[in-house]
Amino acid sequence: MKKRINGILLVSVLLTLTIALSACSGDKAGEPSNGSTAQSETAGSETTDESSITIGIPQDLEESLDPHKAVAAGTKEILFNIYEGLVKPDSDGNMVPAVASEYTMEDEGKTYVFTLRDGILFHDGTAVTVEDIRYSIERCADTSGEGTLLVSAFSNIESVEIVDEKTVSIHLVEADTDFLSELTVAIIPQSNADPDKTAIGTGPYRHVSRSIQDNIVLTRYEDYWGDKANIRDITLKIVADGDMIVTNLKSGSIDMFCRLTTDQARELEGNGFDVYEGTMNLVQALYLNNDFEPFKDVRVRQALCYAINPQEILELGFEGKGTVIGSSMFPAFGKYYLEELASSYPTDTKKAKALLKEAGYEDGFSFSITVPSNYQPHVDTAQIIVEQLKSINVKATINLVEWETWVSEAYIGRQFESTVVGVDASTLTARALLERFTSANDKNFINFNSSDYDQAFAQAVAATDDAQKTAYYQECERILSKEAANVYIQDMASLVALNSKYGGYQFYPLYVQDFAALYVK
Amino acid sequence: MRYAGKKMISMLVTLLVVSFLVFLAFAVIPGDPAVAKLGIQATPERLAALREQMGLNRPFMERYITWVLDVCRGDFGISYSYGTPVSDIVLEKIPITLCLTGMSFLMMAALAIPLGIYTAKHEGGRPDRIILMVNQIFMAVPPFFAGILITYLFGLLFHWFQPGAFVSYEVSMGKFLHYLIFPSLAIAIPKAAMTVKLLRSALLEELKKDYVRTAYSKGNHKNAVLYRHVLKNAMIPVITFLAMTLTDIVAGSVIMEQVFSIPGLGRILITSISNRDYPVVEAIIILLAAIVVVVNLLSDLLCRGIDPRIGRSE
Repeated sequence: MKKRINGILLVSVLLTLTIALSACSGDKAGEPSNGSTAQSETAGSETTDESSITIGIPQDLEESLDPHKAVAAGTKEILFNIYEGLVKPDSDGNMVPAVASEYTMEDEGKTYVFTLRDGILFHDGTAVTVEDIRYSIERCADTSGEGTLLVSAFSNIESVEIVDEKTVSIHLVEADTDFLSELTVAIIPQSNADPDKTAIGTGPYRHVSRSIQDNIVLTRYEDYWGDKANIRDITLKIVADGDMIVTNLKSGSIDMFCRLTTDQARELEGNGFDVYEGTMNLVQALYLNNDFEPFKDVRVRQALCYAINPQEILELGFEGKGTVIGSSMFPAFGKYYLEELASSYPTDTKKAKALLKEAGYEDGFSFSITVPSNYQPHVDTAQIIVEQLKSINVKATINLVEWETWVSEAYIGRQFESTVVGVDASTLTARALLERFTSANDKNFINFNSSDYDQAFAQAVAATDDAQKTAYYQECERILSKEAANVYIQDMASLVALNSKYGGYQFYPLYVQDFAALYVK
Repeated sequence: MRYAGKKMISMLVTLLVVSFLVFLAFAVIPGDPAVAKLGIQATPERLAALREQMGLNRPFMERYITWVLDVCRGDFGISYSYGTPVSDIVLEKIPITLCLTGMSFLMMAALAIPLGIYTAKHEGGRPDRIILMVNQIFMAVPPFFAGILITYLFGLLFHWFQPGAFVSYEVSMGKFLHYLIFPSLAIAIPKAAMTVKLLRSALLEELKKDYVRTAYSKGNHKNAVLYRHVLKNAMIPVITFLAMTLTDIVAGSVIMEQVFSIPGLGRILITSISNRDYPVVEAIIILLAAIVVVVNLLSDLLCRGIDPRIGRSE
């Protein structure tokens, strides 16, 4: 009897399996996949416009949607669409008014006065007030001294004064004519009790929902003060596996992806996709620890510059795309950028060898290149450098580390000999790129030490005349080149694939994505 | 009953050991969650404040014991990288991974068991030989490659699904299940091939035994012998194997989630490891370990049900 029961049990298990399975395939028949993007429909909009786009991103946003707490570049570039500061950058690199409708600089850069834009509303429908502005700035400046200083440049803020209900003045401790570009810091409502989870800003898109490691949904803010975004719904979909980017683009599950490799771009271009080429706005270089024994000698650093051929790196590793640079500045910075520095060290192994001989390294030496393993372009560049240095008997070895290890050991700990990475600018000022090389700066991870440089930089900061200021910053760049602080390679090409149904992708001189400019053709 | 009790205790000990090992692993490998979170914006002050907030300044054993006590109360802590309770994240994602593994397992069983019986019954026939050959090929396919192949074939060539267009079960159950069919298939096929082979040889082994001859001599029909006597005996090694496979599928789903862009537990696990998000990693590994242990326990009990002689000598 018991055996029979077992037998029945077994058969019934098998039966349920088959039923369950056919139920699954039933769904398949019932819901044919159409080519449209998969996303939740946002109902209740009066307009008939239901345009949408799905954009692939390589990693999830940070825990918090609080713009002041965001640290990852990948989070900030997306929050750019949700939040705005008193001013914001445009695609040409100019500062344009945003939450403020106009601004003036007084006392030669010691005071900045902003006028609140008329009728500007937060995403929750409340009006932006001068109190919100003061709250947002003070929150980052930590004027109370209880929290943490979230924007280091804000340590220069003495006070934020509400003049009247339309006007706010920001008083600085020391005059700084570049300070305006720091004021892109997001203005958020004081009334928001949970800015980590509820994103309320004034930008062209507002946040709808997010699902961890899956997607983030944004929708157009219909009451935006300026030109409204073209596309209504945006779904940001996380594509964690780099090998699936092309497949997902081709299948139509995502319509756009930024920072593709040249291989990926080649496969997509013309096959229903437009590939936009811009610049990454990074200074990719072989950063040399100037305190490491052989690199203490400027001649050794110069020898490396003569031995390494950036143009060849571009051709071998990047299909010739990218811009060779010669100092810590890239072309998008316009007037500050000095093109001629790119040719300061024409490849010359004889000269390199002679310099090494002078420095007492006639038989060469060896050193390690620490590279964060998650950035393939830097790994590729490092590999070519290793080969190129063999010509002058210098033996370089690559030390691949996790990003997080790179940050703690190489960047913060300064425990490295050399490294290949890209350094970007946090704001649209030459200062953002050049300040780190002043000898006392805590971000000076290469331990560069030049009193000439410090002096030129201080003069640049102090100058109030724009032409003079630019000249001093250019002087800084020349010193970096002459002293061979690092072996400068390139500003990498940034390749963006956009489904041909859409247009309007814009490159910015900063690390941001402007979704509002995209449109359906 | 005593048996089940004993198993429960050994289960708890296993989980405790696993959790300790994970904790230890993170203590030993280089990496600091505070640095991982702040990146290049890390200043000594901000790091110190964050470490304090994450409770990383306390000694290792103290942290572990607090964690165990919290877990006993059902509190898995707060994720470092998402700022939400770990249990919320896991609860949101676990249906995805369970559906994926469940579906793969069902597909595998639905494919393998009938085929295994069929090939054993018709041993040496042409269909048997063809199936065995196909089997051999599928067995050799690594799951990762199977995933890419299926994406290409059904996704880009036949357009039966859209690679990458995963839809959460909260949005549309139908679309969700439809999408999962394909990764499930990629997981199921290689496993099914192995199960067919195992079931076939287990059945053939049994068919040679004396009791089969006795059953025939009593006048039983071939099918009656096969289904009533032989299959049950042959099932014991197969069930043990299936239990092992199920745990394998759970592990395999981690890879498939990457290939098919499915935001399940596996994806969360991988990103959390690189973010050094210990609370999440601990919770997911404990959960996976618990699944493995429970499945093994169930397969033991099932085998005992089928063959009461097992474990009687204890």
